[in-house]
Amino acid sequence: MIGSRNYWPIAAAVIAALSAIVVLPAIYDEYSLLQLTIYAILSVLALSLAFIWGYGGILSFGHAVFFGLGAYSYAIGAINFGETTIALLLSMVIPGLFAAALGYFLFYGRISDVYLGAITLTVTLIFFNLASSTSGPEYRVGRVPLGGFNGIPSIPQLNVPGFPDWTLSTTELFALSVATLALVYIGLRLLINSDFGRIVVAIKENEVRAELLGYDARKYKLVTFVIGGAIAGLAGCLFANWGGFTSPAVFALGQSVQIIIWVVVGGVGTLAGPVIGCVLIQWLTNSLASLNTVNNNLIMGGILVVVVLMLPQGLVPTIARLARGRRPVQRLDAATKGLGGASTKSEARA
Amino acid sequence: MDYLIAVGLEVVSGIASLVLISIGLAVVFGMMKVINLAHGEFLMMGGYATITAANAGVNIWVSILLIAPLVVGLIGLIVERFVIRRLYGRVIDTMLATWGLSLLFIGLATTVFGNTTAGISSPLGPVNIGHVGVSAYKFFIVAVALAVIVALYSLFKLSRFGLVARATMQNAAMSSALGVEPPRVYAATFAIGSALAGLAGGVLAPITGVVPSLGAAFVAKAFITVIGGGSTVLVGTLSASGIFATVNQLASFATTPVIGEVALLGSAIILLRLLPHGITGRFFKGRI
Amino acid sequence: MTNPPLVETRELSVHFGGLKAVNHVNFSVCDGELRCLIGPNGAGKTTFFRLLTGVHAPTSGTVKINGRSIAGLQTHQIAKLGVGIKTQIPSLFDNLSVHENIWLSARRNHGRAAANQIADRVITEEVGLGEYANTEASKLSHGQRQWVELGVVLAQRPKLILLDEPAAGMTGSDMEKTAELIKRINRSSAMIVVEHDMEFIKRIAKTVTVFNRGEVLVESDVDTVLADERVREVYLGKRMGQRHDIGA
Repeated sequence: MIGSRNYWPIAAAVIAALSAIVVLPAIYDEYSLLQLTIYAILSVLALSLAFIWGYGGILSFGHAVFFGLGAYSYAIGAINFGETTIALLLSMVIPGLFAAALGYFLFYGRISDVYLGAITLTVTLIFFNLASSTSGPEYRVGRVPLGGFNGIPSIPQLNVPGFPDWTLSTTELFALSVATLALVYIGLRLLINSDFGRIVVAIKENEVRAELLGYDARKYKLVTFVIGGAIAGLAGCLFANWGGFTSPAVFALGQSVQIIIWVVVGGVGTLAGPVIGCVLIQWLTNSLASLNTVNNNLIMGGILVVVVLMLPQGLVPTIARLARGRRPVQRLDAATKGLGGASTKSEARA
Repeated sequence: MDYLIAVGLEVVSGIASLVLISIGLAVVFGMMKVINLAHGEFLMMGGYATITAANAGVNIWVSILLIAPLVVGLIGLIVERFVIRRLYGRVIDTMLATWGLSLLFIGLATTVFGNTTAGISSPLGPVNIGHVGVSAYKFFIVAVALAVIVALYSLFKLSRFGLVARATMQNAAMSSALGVEPPRVYAATFAIGSALAGLAGGVLAPITGVVPSLGAAFVAKAFITVIGGGSTVLVGTLSASGIFATVNQLASFATTPVIGEVALLGSAIILLRLLPHGITGRFFKGRI
Repeated sequence: MTNPPLVETRELSVHFGGLKAVNHVNFSVCDGELRCLIGPNGAGKTTFFRLLTGVHAPTSGTVKINGRSIAGLQTHQIAKLGVGIKTQIPSLFDNLSVHENIWLSARRNHGRAAANQIADRVITEEVGLGEYANTEASKLSHGQRQWVELGVVLAQRPKLILLDEPAAGMTGSDMEKTAELIKRINRSSAMIVVEHDMEFIKRIAKTVTVFNRGEVLVESDVDTVLADERVREVYLGKRMGQRHDIGA
């Protein structure tokens, strides 16, 4: 019902984040904490696609572009300015602006489905090619050489705004990443429950009907896309902090498909699902890397095929349905309705 | 003058390569509205099939022109049966599943062949046009592309399969009412598309060499060429290949191959914005 | 009716290749009117409807709604002129509840609370689907879905409502209810109804415009039209007034 609000997911997010920030640093050493930090950062990235795809119906095959732009913007800003606050802002503003430009091009050109996929895929390849070919000393922004295929090393750690000497420790970066994840989750949940969010979901459900009611679908999609782009950029900033370097690999096709796998596995049309999908998949990737016997591509590809064929709704909606004692319903095809992925109302609350 | 001829040959062979890279995907998209994102890996497997056969002593031309399309066509048949068929009508899901297949095949190839470049030497040496030496193999690529176009045109225009296929393209429900089984048409179509991808992989193997990740270099180009061309298979692929490859080659000559690549991708984006249903969505309607 | 007409077309034509689907049509509807468009299949009434809703662009001529030309307007801009449109096949937010469907319509011009009130009133009083308020639209019967869409259109509180075959696929009491609903809606909005079921037309119609070969054949009150020789002729001699679907 419209008007009623369900706040328990928000409370759960606050409690989970606070306990993680308090408890985990006490029981893990710095190395393990750093490993956990990357899960939180990539989960933020997963949430950004979960929002624009699962609720906005926009499936971008090049979502990594915004992640990469965030990482590069932060790296260039932080090295040039020394103080990192502006760099942090840039890491959201620049991907957001790029999303606005690209989104204007896509949505106001009424481009959808396969064509949107082709263009976003192409855009990410352009960035990958361009970033990889900037190896000469003539390619620099301010005093930062872009470094071509090797990327930008020695990126400064975030500092507390106004205190250039107070850079974040490993524990503090962990706390910041977890807090960011919680805040992004809560922000998106509130947004989805807002009137704006309801209209966005309605447009995903039936764009023609929404337009007949007088809603400008292009505008709503554009705003959704920009929000998703800015959040992905923020994840890119944290990622650059985490590794201390960034390279064109952030723009690679493999990075984009990775995000899609998290969302598909967790469940399109939910927020919690893609976070769980991201953590599961990354954990699996790490475990496989340490085993060093099975090829990661083989496993990731296998998972994507199997999930699309056997579990088209993804883990979280399927489990939620099983818990309610109902059989999974075949996912409606997204594309035939001009959507990126369909979800039922109940899933939209998961 | 010699230089101009050499540039011209580069452009023509660039167009021919792009036609070869894209035509298999175009057949599948045009007739089934399926985008196979593992298409690049089908090329990659065609390349490995050719190199493996050639290294085992099979004649190089047989390896390229017969072994590669046969092997990959067979793989396509299996993929159609176990993946594509189960997702008919679900365009986005099909793209996701085939993107999964793409990773799967990369993983398989890495496991089997290792992560190093396998290659065979070009079976044709250079020829001289005036004072400029060009690879005779480029003429072979152009010849194969022409042969593929003529063969497909005859298949669609003259054979019973072509008639049924064109009917199915127009209206699947109608052709099934006429007693045609769309599943069989689709299976045959997908196998043909896959075989064409395998052929392209085989033809290009002596030039590019083959690594498991080879497909990534091709899939985006093929994807945008097909989408840019629109749903009309032959005319669409030819016209889009013509535009994109010319832009690519000329920009490469003027600057660097990377910028050439970027120019190709950029021109594709602009084309799709101007003609959201591809070239043949606007022109050449109703052709094949 | 001295006000300027709510809808006015002047010399409106659309040609598809050589086919003159709509040819020099001058047509107007005033505030509060209920106008039915009828005609045999291929007469151009659905094409004319699509010209009014902006789906097709005219080859020549103009459509004015509320005195404003709709040329070049996007669908949502036409909706904002105060036009509610119901297409032939019910178009709903299938995975949302009846209440959410109608709330989204009311929310366009109202705040959240007011939209809730309007939705409640439309559902219980105007379309009589109170017990289904929280049911997903996809779970309803065909007739119920038609009424939900009428409710969605109503909740916009439009000046003008365009309905394409609102009684399609209905019989008996469902059709009765739809007719009642349309008459009630007409108290607050002008309506243009495309319909070919004569039984249904007789229940609701005041003024009828008959299309034939892309042109207006007759325009008069319902009884005059039904008695008109030419109208009988274009319906290929089928006798009028009997059962459904004279034009089908």
